[in-house]
Amino acid sequence: MEHTHYLIVGASHAALSALHAIRLHDAEQEVTLLTRDDSLPYSPTVLPYVVSGRSDPGRVFLRDESYFARQKVNYRRGARVQKVDAEGSAVELADGSKIAFDKLLLATGAAPMLPAIPGLSGLKFHVLRTLADAVALRAELPRVKRAIVLGGGLIGMHAAENLAKGGAEVSVVEMQPHVLAGYFDAEASSMIERVFAANGVRLLLGASVASFAAQGEGCRARLMDGTELDADLLLVATGVAPVTDFLAGSGIATGRGVLVDEHMRTNVANVWAAGDVAQARGFFTGESIINGILPDAVDQGRIAGMAMAEDPGSMSYAGGVPLNTYSFFGQHAVSVGVHEGSLDPAGVEVKKQTDAEQNSYLKIVLKDGRLAGIFGVNAAFDPGIMWELILRAIDLDGDKLAFLRSPQDTARALMSKNWR
Amino acid sequence: MGAAYETINFKAEACDGCNDCMTACAQAKAQSEDQLQSRIQIVPSGDGFELAICRQCGDPECVLNCPAAALSKNAGSGVIDWDGSKCVNCLLCTVGCAYGGIAYDSVSSHVIKCDMCDGAPACVKACNAGALKHITTGRIYNEVGNLEDLFEPGLSGCQGCNTELIMRHTLRRIGPEVVLATPPGCIPGMGSVGYNGLTGTRVPVFHPLLTNTASMLAGVRRFYKRSGRDVMAVALAGDGGTADVGFQSLSGAAERGEEMLYICVDNEGYMNTGMQRSGCTPYGAWTSTTPVGERAHGKTQDAKNLPLLMVMHNCSYVATASTAFMEDLYAKLDRAILAAKTGFAYLHIYSPCTTGWRFPSDQNVEVARKAVESNFVLLWEFNPQDGLQFTHPVENARPIDEYLEVLGKYRHLDPDQIAHIERTLANNLARIRGFVAAKGTASVEAGRA
Repeated sequence: MEHTHYLIVGASHAALSALHAIRLHDAEQEVTLLTRDDSLPYSPTVLPYVVSGRSDPGRVFLRDESYFARQKVNYRRGARVQKVDAEGSAVELADGSKIAFDKLLLATGAAPMLPAIPGLSGLKFHVLRTLADAVALRAELPRVKRAIVLGGGLIGMHAAENLAKGGAEVSVVEMQPHVLAGYFDAEASSMIERVFAANGVRLLLGASVASFAAQGEGCRARLMDGTELDADLLLVATGVAPVTDFLAGSGIATGRGVLVDEHMRTNVANVWAAGDVAQARGFFTGESIINGILPDAVDQGRIAGMAMAEDPGSMSYAGGVPLNTYSFFGQHAVSVGVHEGSLDPAGVEVKKQTDAEQNSYLKIVLKDGRLAGIFGVNAAFDPGIMWELILRAIDLDGDKLAFLRSPQDTARALMSKNWR
Repeated sequence: MGAAYETINFKAEACDGCNDCMTACAQAKAQSEDQLQSRIQIVPSGDGFELAICRQCGDPECVLNCPAAALSKNAGSGVIDWDGSKCVNCLLCTVGCAYGGIAYDSVSSHVIKCDMCDGAPACVKACNAGALKHITTGRIYNEVGNLEDLFEPGLSGCQGCNTELIMRHTLRRIGPEVVLATPPGCIPGMGSVGYNGLTGTRVPVFHPLLTNTASMLAGVRRFYKRSGRDVMAVALAGDGGTADVGFQSLSGAAERGEEMLYICVDNEGYMNTGMQRSGCTPYGAWTSTTPVGERAHGKTQDAKNLPLLMVMHNCSYVATASTAFMEDLYAKLDRAILAAKTGFAYLHIYSPCTTGWRFPSDQNVEVARKAVESNFVLLWEFNPQDGLQFTHPVENARPIDEYLEVLGKYRHLDPDQIAHIERTLANNLARIRGFVAAKGTASVEAGRA
């Protein structure tokens, strides 16, 4: 049986970050990286831009062959893991071959969740999780006149914008009363919604599809309120969920994702998990959450890689902080941390300021004089510094008023004092 | 092997908040007067100012966070390059950076970051307050890092030894066509001449008496010259072997213009044999022969100014140097190597000694830096054509206390002794300035004629 010291399953941000951390400490021992794709590594986050044509699908790769050669990494394409034998320290690939490992990292990410809507399964529809999905969707664009995007999350909204820019008449159907509900409050979401409406995107909020029916190449959706929508393209973007079914019977504990400790280690001593597949400690509540965002995947990957390589500088995971950045029609929105609603109200302060003319919005949430969340639409601040202020639980103390008045400058000054 | 890179250094205490750097950057990078478009951002902080700029990290988080492969660490320049043709404006890089080094610019509608202006940063040129400095020392390490280290690994110097640093740097630059003399002292003590017929060097080395280093080297050089080979004669000697015991042969060789490079590694005493005082030990310093007790309070005489004595020999080249200022040291080393082809070159390198001076072993370069910044050590060079000139003049010197207080050998000093040291330094500075001024007048007259 083929054997490798480090086995990494997956090839996106968590996997590559772990590989980087391993090689910083251990330049020699064998690393094998498996990807189900037939390509070099790429990020799911870039896919909407491949659809729009902003990104050339041939130029989105995060590493090239020479990188893997230099790092002495056995990069295996088209290798889908179908079974893990934790006790026997081996995985089985889809072709039945097996690879034994000393240490395993699961960085297999998430897959689109498909809603149970009558008629959907018999329909031709698109999802957006792999490069092949994106290329296929792009190929469809020229013939698309009317499109339905199911789901008003980040992927759905990105796709809706790009379909609209391509000239299609786009309807977004979102169950929640607002788009991007996970990251922005009603007010900020409304601002984003207005920009979409102004650009001709129809947003059906608080709405859900009762049934689908095929109609030629396209489909007809009947909403719960009876509205009917016709489209020649349907994109399902109702969220993603960790892929854990291949772990059934492996002995690796799973919840919604793969359960890990503060070093991204699973219940099995030589198996780690990181990125969208992992379920780890949340920063604010301490509960185990899936924080499926790119910067956290990078973080978790590094922590897992250091632990796997037994780097003496190993760090503990501080906990997942929700955050995201979003640009749309030349405007931008950033969210770092949590809203007041998810905090114990004692000691919470909220400051909000909006400027309708500039279409700008800024909300700062403090808890016990420390930053808990900051949210902006077309507002200038450094999300990376804010994230660090939250993780370090820095007492704003005498700088509180200055921070509320001028968060970017004050946070930069605090950065210089605390972690220059 | 890794590479060392250029960087922009910010001295917060010198910044007066004029924001000229931001204007210069916006002009250079965005053809705009709008400081918001500057890649360097000065922010008020308390009574002073702080800086947000891309640090061109060695292990950049922004690059790992980019989903579009638009950011990459340039292995040649060290700059984090941004490729606008790949960027998708997702702003995730701004989440990865905890330094505010990459930020969204609403005018250009994409992220902007410092690109070091292809090695000539506009911000640094615009800074009149001396707060921004373009550090290019990395070039030296990249160049020298490819040369062979002519000392074996595992020399048994004390932890944090500055002299080992000097030995490895200088011999690397000098190259293998050399015969090295290392008279008794720390340098053979840590293994340059070794034992059982083995040496710590990868070049021919001999171990002269303390008294005859320069005269033996003179003979070696003459022999090779006569047999048609251009082999450099180099001494790596301590200050005791140079200033005291070996001075007569040194003085003779210098006066005769023997072709050699004599490097004095000045750690201000006989540190290898138990930290006895030498002619280079400064006033007030504790050594094992200038003890501190009820009556004695360290050395009662000033150090002799050995490099200045060598100037009075009218050598082909004389310079002082410090490992805290490597670009300066290397420039002098290059000139000294050249001068030694045709005459006597003398390099005096200050070498703080963790063991003998009593300071923590991780502080060596910092001590060396403070010595220069307080004018305790003056960096200058001399050749007979151009005379003497400062190479790193220090205008606003640190108070001498900042240097003295980090060294255990000065811990006992009373105010009178500190006042004595201040007078000595003032005299030294005035004397060197006198040489510089004398040269200045001469060259102006020469220019008129």
